[in-house]
Amino acid sequence: MWTLFHKFGSPPWLYRLSGSILRWLLPITVVALVAGSVWGLLFTAPDFRQGNSYRIIYIHVPAAVVALAGYYVMAIAGAVSLIWRMKMADIAMRACAPIGAALTFIALVTGSIWGKPTWGTWWVWDARITSMLILLFLYLGVVALYEAYENKALAAKACAVLSLVGTVNIPIIYKSVDWWYSLHQPASIKFTGGSTIDPSMLYPLLFMILAFYALFTCALLLNMRAEILQREQRTAWVRALAGERGGN
Amino acid sequence: MHPVRKQRLWLVLFLVVFSSSAIGLMAYALRGNINLFYPPVDVAAGLAPVGQNIRVGGMVVDGSVQRSDNSLEVRFAVTDYEAVVPVVYTGILPDLFDEGQGAVAAGKLDENGVLQASEVLAKHDENYMPPEVAEALEASKSRMAEQAAGQGYGQ
Amino acid sequence: MYFESLAAVVQMEGHGAFVWSAYFITIGVIVFMVYAPRRREKRFLRQLEGQIRRSEGGSPPGASKEV
Repeated sequence: MWTLFHKFGSPPWLYRLSGSILRWLLPITVVALVAGSVWGLLFTAPDFRQGNSYRIIYIHVPAAVVALAGYYVMAIAGAVSLIWRMKMADIAMRACAPIGAALTFIALVTGSIWGKPTWGTWWVWDARITSMLILLFLYLGVVALYEAYENKALAAKACAVLSLVGTVNIPIIYKSVDWWYSLHQPASIKFTGGSTIDPSMLYPLLFMILAFYALFTCALLLNMRAEILQREQRTAWVRALAGERGGN
Repeated sequence: MHPVRKQRLWLVLFLVVFSSSAIGLMAYALRGNINLFYPPVDVAAGLAPVGQNIRVGGMVVDGSVQRSDNSLEVRFAVTDYEAVVPVVYTGILPDLFDEGQGAVAAGKLDENGVLQASEVLAKHDENYMPPEVAEALEASKSRMAEQAAGQGYGQ
Repeated sequence: MYFESLAAVVQMEGHGAFVWSAYFITIGVIVFMVYAPRRREKRFLRQLEGQIRRSEGGSPPGASKEV
Protein backbone atom coordinates (compact mmCIF):
# COMPACT_ATOMS: atom_id res chain seq x y z
CA MET A 1 0.00 0.00 0.00
CA TRP A 2 2.82 2.34 0.86
CA THR A 3 4.50 1.71 -2.47
CA LEU A 4 1.32 2.88 -4.20
CA PHE A 5 1.23 5.89 -1.93
CA HIS A 6 4.80 6.71 -2.92
CA LYS A 7 4.07 6.09 -6.57
CA PHE A 8 1.29 8.67 -6.43
CA GLY A 9 3.86 11.02 -5.05
CA SER A 10 6.04 10.53 -8.14
CA PRO A 11 5.39 13.33 -10.65
CA PRO A 12 6.61 11.63 -13.85
CA TRP A 13 4.63 8.48 -13.04
CA LEU A 14 1.44 10.48 -12.46
CA TYR A 15 2.05 12.60 -15.55
CA ARG A 16 2.32 9.51 -17.79
CA LEU A 17 -0.61 7.73 -16.09
CA SER A 18 -2.89 10.76 -16.41
CA GLY A 19 -1.93 11.07 -20.06
CA SER A 20 -2.98 7.51 -20.84
CA ILE A 21 -6.20 7.86 -18.78
CA LEU A 22 -7.18 11.10 -20.51
CA ARG A 23 -6.66 9.57 -23.95
CA TRP A 24 -9.82 7.47 -23.49
CA LEU A 25 -11.66 9.23 -20.64
CA LEU A 26 -11.87 12.62 -22.35
CA PRO A 27 -13.63 11.35 -25.53
CA ILE A 28 -15.98 9.20 -23.41
CA THR A 29 -16.85 12.23 -21.27
CA VAL A 30 -17.63 14.40 -24.29
CA VAL A 31 -19.83 11.68 -25.83
CA ALA A 32 -21.61 11.09 -22.49
CA LEU A 33 -22.27 14.81 -21.96
CA VAL A 34 -23.69 15.21 -25.47
CA ALA A 35 -25.76 12.00 -25.25
CA GLY A 36 -27.10 12.87 -21.80
CA SER A 37 -28.07 16.38 -22.90
CA VAL A 38 -29.84 15.11 -26.02
CA TRP A 39 -31.65 12.52 -23.89
CA GLY A 40 -32.77 15.13 -21.39
CA LEU A 41 -33.58 17.84 -23.92
CA LEU A 42 -35.35 15.87 -26.62
CA PHE A 43 -36.35 12.42 -25.40
CA THR A 44 -38.03 13.09 -22.08
CA ALA A 45 -41.52 14.38 -21.49
CA PRO A 46 -41.96 17.89 -20.04
CA ASP A 47 -42.82 18.27 -16.36
CA PHE A 48 -46.53 18.35 -15.56
CA ARG A 49 -46.26 21.77 -13.87
CA GLN A 50 -43.08 23.42 -15.08
CA GLY A 51 -43.31 22.38 -18.70
CA ASN A 52 -40.07 22.44 -20.66
CA SER A 53 -38.16 24.80 -18.38
CA TYR A 54 -37.49 21.86 -16.05
CA ARG A 55 -35.04 20.50 -18.68
CA ILE A 56 -32.43 22.78 -17.09
CA ILE A 57 -32.33 20.19 -14.27
CA TYR A 58 -30.06 17.99 -16.44
CA ILE A 59 -27.19 20.46 -16.10
CA HIS A 60 -28.14 22.34 -12.92
CA VAL A 61 -28.28 19.36 -10.55
CA PRO A 62 -25.20 17.49 -11.89
CA ALA A 63 -23.10 20.68 -11.75
CA ALA A 64 -24.20 21.38 -8.17
CA VAL A 65 -23.69 17.77 -7.03
CA VAL A 66 -20.18 17.54 -8.46
CA ALA A 67 -19.27 21.04 -7.22
CA LEU A 68 -20.05 19.84 -3.68
CA ALA A 69 -18.25 16.50 -4.12
CA GLY A 70 -15.27 18.36 -5.58
CA TYR A 71 -15.02 20.41 -2.43
CA TYR A 72 -14.53 17.24 -0.40
CA VAL A 73 -11.77 16.15 -2.81
CA MET A 74 -10.10 19.55 -2.36
CA ALA A 75 -10.41 19.52 1.44
CA ILE A 76 -9.12 15.94 1.74
CA ALA A 77 -6.19 16.78 -0.56
CA GLY A 78 -5.59 19.83 1.65
CA ALA A 79 -5.56 17.70 4.81
CA VAL A 80 -3.12 15.22 3.24
CA SER A 81 -0.85 18.02 2.10
CA LEU A 82 -0.98 19.58 5.57
CA ILE A 83 -0.21 16.35 7.44
CA TRP A 84 2.16 14.48 5.13
CA ARG A 85 3.48 17.44 3.14
CA MET A 86 2.80 15.47 -0.01
CA LYS A 87 3.53 17.49 -3.11
CA MET A 88 0.93 15.71 -5.23
CA ALA A 89 -1.83 16.37 -2.68
CA ASP A 90 -0.96 20.04 -2.80
CA ILE A 91 -1.11 19.98 -6.62
CA ALA A 92 -4.48 18.16 -6.52
CA MET A 93 -5.88 20.73 -4.10
CA ARG A 94 -4.75 23.58 -6.33
CA ALA A 95 -6.21 21.82 -9.39
CA CYS A 96 -9.65 21.33 -7.76
CA ALA A 97 -10.26 24.99 -7.02
CA PRO A 98 -10.84 26.43 -10.53
CA ILE A 99 -12.90 23.38 -11.58
CA GLY A 100 -15.08 23.64 -8.50
CA ALA A 101 -15.51 27.35 -9.10
CA ALA A 102 -16.56 26.71 -12.72
CA LEU A 103 -19.09 24.03 -11.70
CA THR A 104 -20.53 26.19 -8.91
CA PHE A 105 -20.81 29.03 -11.41
CA ILE A 106 -22.74 26.75 -13.81
CA ALA A 107 -25.08 25.69 -10.99
CA LEU A 108 -25.74 29.29 -9.94
CA VAL A 109 -26.26 30.66 -13.46
CA THR A 110 -28.49 27.81 -14.66
CA GLY A 111 -30.40 27.99 -11.38
CA SER A 112 -30.95 31.69 -11.91
CA ILE A 113 -32.18 31.13 -15.46
CA TRP A 114 -34.47 28.35 -14.22
CA GLY A 115 -35.76 30.53 -11.39
CA LYS A 116 -37.15 33.21 -13.69
CA PRO A 117 -39.86 31.14 -15.43
CA THR A 118 -40.69 28.96 -12.39
CA TRP A 119 -40.38 31.14 -9.28
CA GLY A 120 -40.77 34.49 -10.99
CA THR A 121 -37.37 35.88 -9.99
CA TRP A 122 -33.74 35.59 -11.13
CA TRP A 123 -32.31 35.70 -7.65
CA VAL A 124 -33.44 35.44 -4.06
CA TRP A 125 -31.35 35.46 -0.87
CA ASP A 126 -32.54 32.09 0.23
CA ALA A 127 -30.42 29.77 2.44
CA ARG A 128 -29.61 27.27 -0.33
CA ILE A 129 -28.66 29.88 -2.92
CA THR A 130 -26.66 32.03 -0.51
CA SER A 131 -24.68 29.07 0.83
CA MET A 132 -23.97 28.04 -2.78
CA LEU A 133 -22.67 31.56 -3.47
CA ILE A 134 -20.38 31.19 -0.42
CA LEU A 135 -19.08 27.96 -1.99
CA LEU A 136 -18.15 29.89 -5.13
CA PHE A 137 -16.27 32.45 -3.01
CA LEU A 138 -14.47 29.67 -1.11
CA TYR A 139 -13.26 28.14 -4.38
CA LEU A 140 -12.20 31.53 -5.75
CA GLY A 141 -10.59 32.30 -2.37
CA VAL A 142 -8.38 29.22 -2.65
CA VAL A 143 -7.32 30.23 -6.18
CA ALA A 144 -6.57 33.81 -5.07
CA LEU A 145 -4.78 32.79 -1.87
CA TYR A 146 -2.59 30.37 -3.79
CA GLU A 147 -1.55 33.07 -6.24
CA ALA A 148 -0.93 35.57 -3.42
CA TYR A 149 2.06 33.64 -2.04
CA GLU A 150 5.46 33.53 -3.75
CA ASN A 151 6.47 30.61 -1.53
CA LYS A 152 4.46 27.60 -2.74
CA ALA A 153 4.90 25.64 0.52
CA LEU A 154 3.35 28.51 2.47
CA ALA A 155 0.61 28.89 -0.15
CA ALA A 156 -0.25 25.19 0.17
CA LYS A 157 -0.52 25.50 3.94
CA ALA A 158 -2.76 28.58 3.82
CA CYS A 159 -5.02 27.08 1.13
CA ALA A 160 -5.31 23.77 3.01
CA VAL A 161 -6.45 25.62 6.14
CA LEU A 162 -8.96 27.69 4.16
CA SER A 163 -10.41 24.66 2.39
CA LEU A 164 -10.67 22.71 5.67
CA VAL A 165 -12.48 25.57 7.41
CA GLY A 166 -14.78 25.86 4.40
CA THR A 167 -15.95 22.22 4.65
CA VAL A 168 -18.50 23.44 7.23
CA ASN A 169 -20.40 24.98 4.35
CA ILE A 170 -21.02 21.67 2.57
CA PRO A 171 -23.48 20.07 5.04
CA ILE A 172 -25.13 23.50 5.34
CA ILE A 173 -25.74 23.54 1.57
CA TYR A 174 -27.13 20.00 1.62
CA LYS A 175 -29.41 20.59 4.58
CA SER A 176 -30.36 24.26 4.06
CA VAL A 177 -33.67 23.36 2.38
CA ASP A 178 -34.67 21.16 5.33
CA TRP A 179 -33.42 23.34 8.18
CA TRP A 180 -34.84 26.66 7.03
CA TYR A 181 -37.81 27.97 5.08
CA SER A 182 -36.45 28.52 1.61
CA LEU A 183 -37.77 29.08 -1.88
CA HIS A 184 -35.61 26.26 -3.22
CA GLN A 185 -37.38 22.90 -3.16
CA PRO A 186 -35.93 19.90 -1.24
CA ALA A 187 -33.92 17.18 -2.99
CA SER A 188 -35.78 14.96 -5.47
CA ILE A 189 -33.21 12.15 -5.59
CA LYS A 190 -33.17 10.24 -2.33
CA PHE A 191 -30.83 7.48 -1.30
CA THR A 192 -33.30 6.10 1.19
CA GLY A 193 -36.91 5.71 0.15
CA GLY A 194 -38.32 6.60 -3.24
CA SER A 195 -37.19 9.55 -5.31
CA THR A 196 -39.88 12.09 -6.08
CA ILE A 197 -38.88 12.31 -9.72
CA ASP A 198 -40.39 10.01 -12.31
CA PRO A 199 -38.03 7.19 -13.46
CA SER A 200 -38.22 8.42 -17.09
CA MET A 201 -36.66 11.70 -15.89
CA LEU A 202 -34.46 10.18 -13.16
CA TYR A 203 -32.37 7.97 -15.47
CA PRO A 204 -31.12 10.73 -17.78
CA LEU A 205 -30.44 12.83 -14.66
CA LEU A 206 -28.33 10.08 -13.05
CA PHE A 207 -26.56 9.60 -16.39
CA MET A 208 -25.70 13.31 -16.53
CA ILE A 209 -24.44 13.23 -12.92
CA LEU A 210 -22.04 10.41 -13.89
CA ALA A 211 -20.96 12.38 -16.98
CA PHE A 212 -20.22 15.43 -14.82
CA TYR A 213 -18.14 13.27 -12.45
CA ALA A 214 -16.16 12.10 -15.48
CA LEU A 215 -15.79 15.72 -16.56
CA PHE A 216 -14.50 16.64 -13.11
CA THR A 217 -11.93 13.82 -13.28
CA CYS A 218 -10.75 14.94 -16.73
CA ALA A 219 -10.44 18.58 -15.73
CA LEU A 220 -8.66 17.61 -12.49
CA LEU A 221 -6.09 15.51 -14.36
CA LEU A 222 -5.57 18.22 -17.00
CA ASN A 223 -5.01 20.88 -14.36
CA MET A 224 -2.67 18.60 -12.39
CA ARG A 225 -0.59 17.88 -15.50
CA ALA A 226 -0.08 21.57 -16.19
CA GLU A 227 0.81 22.21 -12.54
CA ILE A 228 3.20 19.22 -12.35
CA LEU A 229 5.20 20.43 -15.35
CA GLN A 230 5.58 23.90 -13.92
CA ARG A 231 6.68 22.63 -10.50
CA GLU A 232 9.14 20.15 -11.99
CA GLN A 233 10.59 22.40 -14.66
CA ARG A 234 14.15 21.98 -13.42
CA THR A 235 14.09 18.18 -13.47
CA ALA A 236 15.59 16.07 -16.23
CA TRP A 237 12.32 14.36 -17.23
CA VAL A 238 10.46 17.59 -17.91
CA ARG A 239 13.41 18.96 -19.87
CA ALA A 240 13.52 15.74 -21.86
CA LEU A 241 9.78 16.10 -22.54
CA ALA A 242 10.25 19.64 -23.82
CA GLY A 243 13.21 18.46 -25.92
CA GLU A 244 11.11 15.68 -27.47
CA ARG A 245 8.53 18.25 -28.50
CA GLY A 246 11.23 20.36 -30.08
CA GLY A 247 12.54 17.36 -32.03
CA ASN A 248 9.15 16.66 -33.58
CA MET B 1 2.64 7.53 12.86
CA HIS B 2 5.40 10.07 13.11
CA PRO B 3 4.77 12.39 16.14
CA VAL B 4 5.01 15.55 14.03
CA ARG B 5 2.45 14.19 11.55
CA LYS B 6 0.24 13.12 14.41
CA GLN B 7 0.37 16.66 15.74
CA ARG B 8 -0.59 18.03 12.32
CA LEU B 9 -3.46 15.52 12.11
CA TRP B 10 -4.78 16.84 15.41
CA LEU B 11 -4.43 20.37 14.07
CA VAL B 12 -6.56 19.44 11.04
CA LEU B 13 -9.23 17.81 13.22
CA PHE B 14 -9.21 20.80 15.56
CA LEU B 15 -9.63 23.18 12.62
CA VAL B 16 -12.65 21.34 11.22
CA VAL B 17 -14.36 20.82 14.60
CA PHE B 18 -13.68 24.36 15.80
CA SER B 19 -14.88 26.08 12.63
CA SER B 20 -17.97 23.84 12.39
CA SER B 21 -19.00 24.66 15.95
CA ALA B 22 -18.36 28.37 15.36
CA ILE B 23 -20.52 28.42 12.23
CA GLY B 24 -23.07 26.13 13.89
CA LEU B 25 -23.48 28.54 16.80
CA MET B 26 -23.74 31.46 14.42
CA ALA B 27 -26.42 29.73 12.35
CA TYR B 28 -28.27 28.90 15.57
CA ALA B 29 -28.15 32.52 16.73
CA LEU B 30 -29.32 33.78 13.34
CA ARG B 31 -31.84 30.98 12.73
CA GLY B 32 -34.77 33.39 12.40
CA ASN B 33 -32.93 35.56 9.90
CA ILE B 34 -31.84 32.71 7.67
CA ASN B 35 -35.45 31.79 6.98
CA LEU B 36 -36.55 33.35 3.75
CA PHE B 37 -40.13 33.78 4.93
CA TYR B 38 -42.48 33.57 7.92
CA PRO B 39 -45.02 30.74 8.01
CA PRO B 40 -48.60 32.02 8.53
CA VAL B 41 -48.68 30.52 12.04
CA ASP B 42 -45.87 32.91 13.09
CA VAL B 43 -47.73 35.84 11.57
CA ALA B 44 -50.90 34.87 13.45
CA ALA B 45 -48.88 34.62 16.68
CA GLY B 46 -47.64 38.18 16.14
CA LEU B 47 -44.00 37.17 15.57
CA ALA B 48 -43.81 39.04 12.25
CA PRO B 49 -43.26 42.81 12.52
CA VAL B 50 -46.05 45.10 11.28
CA GLY B 51 -45.18 47.79 8.74
CA GLN B 52 -41.80 46.30 7.84
CA ASN B 53 -40.78 44.41 4.73
CA ILE B 54 -41.28 40.72 5.36
CA ARG B 55 -42.01 37.58 3.39
CA VAL B 56 -44.81 35.15 4.13
CA GLY B 57 -44.89 31.72 2.51
CA GLY B 58 -47.27 28.81 2.38
CA MET B 59 -49.88 27.08 0.26
CA VAL B 60 -52.35 29.24 -1.65
CA VAL B 61 -55.78 28.36 -0.18
CA ASP B 62 -58.08 26.59 -2.66
CA GLY B 63 -60.75 28.95 -3.95
CA SER B 64 -59.22 32.01 -2.32
CA VAL B 65 -57.83 33.68 -5.44
CA GLN B 66 -59.97 36.68 -6.48
CA ARG B 67 -58.90 38.71 -9.47
CA SER B 68 -60.14 42.27 -9.91
CA ASP B 69 -62.10 42.98 -13.10
CA ASN B 70 -60.54 46.33 -13.96
CA SER B 71 -56.99 46.15 -12.57
CA LEU B 72 -54.17 43.70 -11.92
CA GLU B 73 -55.13 43.48 -8.27
CA VAL B 74 -55.28 39.95 -6.89
CA ARG B 75 -56.45 38.82 -3.47
CA PHE B 76 -55.60 35.42 -2.09
CA ALA B 77 -54.71 33.69 1.17
CA VAL B 78 -51.73 31.55 2.12
CA THR B 79 -51.83 28.85 4.76
CA ASP B 80 -49.58 26.37 6.54
CA TYR B 81 -52.73 24.45 7.56
CA GLU B 82 -52.52 26.07 11.00
CA ALA B 83 -53.20 29.71 10.24
CA VAL B 84 -54.23 31.79 7.22
CA VAL B 85 -52.78 35.11 6.06
CA PRO B 86 -54.70 37.19 3.48
CA VAL B 87 -52.58 38.81 0.75
CA VAL B 88 -53.28 41.69 -1.63
CA TYR B 89 -51.02 42.06 -4.65
CA THR B 90 -51.08 44.24 -7.74
CA GLY B 91 -49.01 42.97 -10.63
CA ILE B 92 -48.28 39.99 -12.81
CA LEU B 93 -48.15 36.63 -11.07
CA PRO B 94 -45.56 33.98 -12.01
CA ASP B 95 -46.76 31.22 -14.37
CA LEU B 96 -46.63 28.56 -11.71
CA PHE B 97 -48.75 30.52 -9.24
CA ASP B 98 -51.93 28.54 -8.61
CA GLU B 99 -54.39 27.52 -5.93
CA GLY B 100 -53.16 24.61 -3.83
CA GLN B 101 -49.54 25.40 -4.76
CA GLY B 102 -46.76 27.00 -2.73
CA ALA B 103 -46.13 30.74 -2.94
CA VAL B 104 -43.99 33.33 -1.16
CA ALA B 105 -45.30 36.89 -0.93
CA ALA B 106 -43.07 39.83 0.02
CA GLY B 107 -44.49 43.06 1.41
CA LYS B 108 -45.72 44.86 4.52
CA LEU B 109 -48.33 43.69 7.01
CA ASP B 110 -50.99 46.31 7.65
CA GLU B 111 -52.89 46.82 10.95
CA ASN B 112 -55.65 44.43 9.82
CA GLY B 113 -53.19 41.62 9.37
CA VAL B 114 -53.36 41.75 5.56
CA LEU B 115 -50.08 41.44 3.68
CA GLN B 116 -49.75 44.25 1.12
CA ALA B 117 -47.47 42.38 -1.24
CA SER B 118 -45.04 44.05 -3.62
CA GLU B 119 -43.73 40.76 -5.01
CA VAL B 120 -45.14 37.25 -5.29
CA LEU B 121 -42.94 34.25 -6.05
CA ALA B 122 -44.14 30.74 -6.87
CA LYS B 123 -42.62 27.94 -4.84
CA HIS B 124 -42.68 24.52 -6.43
CA ASP B 125 -42.13 21.16 -4.80
CA GLU B 126 -39.62 18.39 -5.47
CA ASN B 127 -42.01 16.29 -7.58
CA TYR B 128 -41.17 15.92 -11.25
CA MET B 129 -43.23 13.80 -13.63
CA PRO B 130 -44.59 13.77 -17.19
CA PRO B 131 -48.15 15.15 -17.60
CA GLU B 132 -49.55 11.68 -18.46
CA VAL B 133 -48.16 10.24 -15.22
CA ALA B 134 -49.65 13.14 -13.26
CA GLU B 135 -53.03 12.53 -14.90
CA ALA B 136 -52.87 8.79 -14.21
CA LEU B 137 -51.95 9.52 -10.61
CA GLU B 138 -54.85 11.93 -10.27
CA ALA B 139 -57.25 9.41 -11.81
CA SER B 140 -56.16 6.59 -9.54
CA LYS B 141 -56.40 8.88 -6.54
CA SER B 142 -60.01 9.82 -7.32
CA ARG B 143 -60.83 6.16 -8.05
CA MET B 144 -59.45 5.20 -4.65
CA ALA B 145 -61.43 7.97 -3.01
CA GLU B 146 -64.60 6.70 -4.73
CA GLN B 147 -63.88 3.17 -3.59
CA ALA B 148 -63.29 4.31 -0.04
CA ALA B 149 -66.53 6.31 -0.16
CA GLY B 150 -68.38 3.30 -1.63
CA GLN B 151 -67.11 1.03 1.15
CA GLY B 152 -68.12 3.63 3.69
CA TYR B 153 -71.72 3.59 2.40
CA GLY B 154 -71.79 -0.18 2.28
CA GLN B 155 -71.05 -0.65 5.93
CA MET C 1 -38.42 12.11 -29.60
CA TYR C 2 -40.81 14.30 -27.68
CA PHE C 3 -40.88 17.29 -30.04
CA GLU C 4 -42.47 17.17 -33.46
CA SER C 5 -40.40 19.71 -35.35
CA LEU C 6 -37.15 21.63 -35.13
CA ALA C 7 -39.06 24.84 -34.47
CA ALA C 8 -40.73 23.19 -31.48
CA VAL C 9 -37.31 22.15 -30.18
CA VAL C 10 -36.05 25.72 -30.43
CA GLN C 11 -39.16 27.29 -28.88
CA MET C 12 -39.89 24.66 -26.21
CA GLU C 13 -43.38 26.10 -25.73
CA GLY C 14 -42.07 29.50 -24.74
CA HIS C 15 -39.27 28.30 -22.49
CA GLY C 16 -36.69 27.90 -25.24
CA ALA C 17 -34.79 31.09 -24.45
CA PHE C 18 -34.27 29.99 -20.85
CA VAL C 19 -33.38 26.37 -21.55
CA TRP C 20 -31.08 27.04 -24.50
CA SER C 21 -29.24 29.94 -22.87
CA ALA C 22 -28.60 27.75 -19.80
CA TYR C 23 -27.19 24.97 -22.00
CA PHE C 24 -25.05 27.29 -24.11
CA ILE C 25 -23.54 29.03 -21.08
CA THR C 26 -22.75 25.59 -19.63
CA ILE C 27 -21.10 24.45 -22.87
CA GLY C 28 -18.97 27.62 -22.86
CA VAL C 29 -17.80 27.10 -19.28
CA ILE C 30 -17.04 23.40 -19.87
CA VAL C 31 -15.02 24.12 -23.02
CA PHE C 32 -13.03 26.71 -21.07
CA MET C 33 -12.53 24.24 -18.18
CA VAL C 34 -10.92 21.69 -20.50
CA TYR C 35 -9.16 24.08 -22.85
CA ALA C 36 -7.48 26.36 -20.27
CA PRO C 37 -5.22 23.74 -18.59
CA ARG C 38 -4.29 22.22 -21.98
CA ARG C 39 -3.28 25.61 -23.32
CA ARG C 40 -1.28 26.30 -20.15
CA GLU C 41 0.56 22.97 -20.52
CA LYS C 42 1.34 23.46 -24.22
CA ARG C 43 2.48 27.05 -23.73
CA PHE C 44 4.76 26.04 -20.86
CA LEU C 45 6.36 23.24 -22.87
CA ARG C 46 6.95 25.60 -25.80
CA GLN C 47 8.58 28.14 -23.51
CA LEU C 48 10.81 25.55 -21.88
CA GLU C 49 11.78 24.17 -25.26
CA GLY C 50 12.85 27.64 -26.34
CA GLN C 51 14.86 28.08 -23.18
CA ILE C 52 16.66 24.78 -23.64
CA ARG C 53 17.44 25.51 -27.28
CA ARG C 54 18.87 28.90 -26.38
CA SER C 55 21.07 27.53 -23.60
CA GLU C 56 22.29 24.65 -25.82
CA GLY C 57 22.90 26.68 -28.95
CA GLY C 58 24.89 29.30 -27.02
CA SER C 59 23.18 32.60 -26.40
CA PRO C 60 23.27 34.94 -29.37
CA PRO C 61 24.34 38.53 -28.55
CA GLY C 62 21.57 40.46 -26.83
CA ALA C 63 19.56 37.37 -25.86
CA SER C 64 21.06 37.17 -22.39
CA LYS C 65 19.18 40.29 -21.37
CA GLU C 66 15.84 38.53 -21.77
CA VAL C 67 16.65 35.81 -19.22
